[in-house]
Amino acid sequence: MNNSADPEQPETSLKLTEEQLRARRTRSIAIALALGAFVVLVFVVTLVRLRSGVLTRPM
Amino acid sequence: MSVTLSRVEPSVASVGDYVALLKPRVMSLVVFTALVGLVVAPGHLHPVIAFTALLCIAVGAGAAGALNMWYDADIDGQMARTASRPIPRGRITPGEAAGFGITLAAFSVAALGLLVNWVAASLLAFTIFFYVVIYTAWLKRSTPQNIVIGGAAGALPPMIGWAAATGSLAVEPIILFLIIFIWTPPHFWALSLYRTGDYARAGIPMLPVVAGATETRRQILLYTLILAPLGVAPWFLGYTSALYGVVALAGGAAMIALALRVRAEREGHKASKQLFGFSILYLFLLFAMLLVDRLLGALIGHLPA
Repeated sequence: MNNSADPEQPETSLKLTEEQLRARRTRSIAIALALGAFVVLVFVVTLVRLRSGVLTRPM
Repeated sequence: MSVTLSRVEPSVASVGDYVALLKPRVMSLVVFTALVGLVVAPGHLHPVIAFTALLCIAVGAGAAGALNMWYDADIDGQMARTASRPIPRGRITPGEAAGFGITLAAFSVAALGLLVNWVAASLLAFTIFFYVVIYTAWLKRSTPQNIVIGGAAGALPPMIGWAAATGSLAVEPIILFLIIFIWTPPHFWALSLYRTGDYARAGIPMLPVVAGATETRRQILLYTLILAPLGVAPWFLGYTSALYGVVALAGGAAMIALALRVRAEREGHKASKQLFGFSILYLFLLFAMLLVDRLLGALIGHLPA
């Protein structure tokens, strides 16, 4: 942990290879798509629920 | 700290490796049986809600698969059938699989509860718990009854589907549960008869390893004799038309015939392989006919008089 304070040492000693970078990128895209799909799903289900009369219940 | 960090190899796991963690083939069977439970349930469910329920059940089943692969990574590496799974192959670390599984399990249960209903969500949570903790972590390595009791996890999806549609349970989904529950032992024991060496090497007390092939063949026949009439029960109890009844009777008879051949087999594993293969077709046919029956019924109900 003290390495980062030492100006002689590079900030990160870990260099990702091309393959590792590519794998990380595709994983990140997949996570983004899954989360985006989840947001859309929650939105659409909310619309369906609202349309089926959730808001017209007696308060 | 720096020593530990220097040993961490950045992941090269692809999206496909993570998909493999979800056991897509098991997942497809889970989705199919849950769909049948959902469709045969009374009442009408909005298609978007039905789709959401099936998606949550699929992801929950996938999460259970990932957690199973996390826990079983050591024995998976020793068996031919499972050696190419992502963790034994070194594509994904056990920790990554565990994190992936726990996240998906939490998301699927919470989403099913919030978007569909909490009866179905509770059943899904129980299914994941049962498969991962009761079956994988406890029974699988400790008793030859592992798949008998553990089969309950695989049998629950039609009940979750029914609960998603109705918010409650009834006798009919419990019969669907029992069909899969009783189907599981002869199905897996037929497989284990010709994979006995694999299971013995990995130290899993499957029935043929512990009690021998002859006893396993006897047990396969006993369970099949219970399964065949159970398969006909939905028709017998008046839940389906005769169309389902005929298929269930014919399929049940074929299952018994194959189980008898397994019982008589002394050399080789031809009959065991046939029973294993046919058992999948049999279960698929039963549930497919329930679906066809229900859809035909709805179609006829909509015809003008």
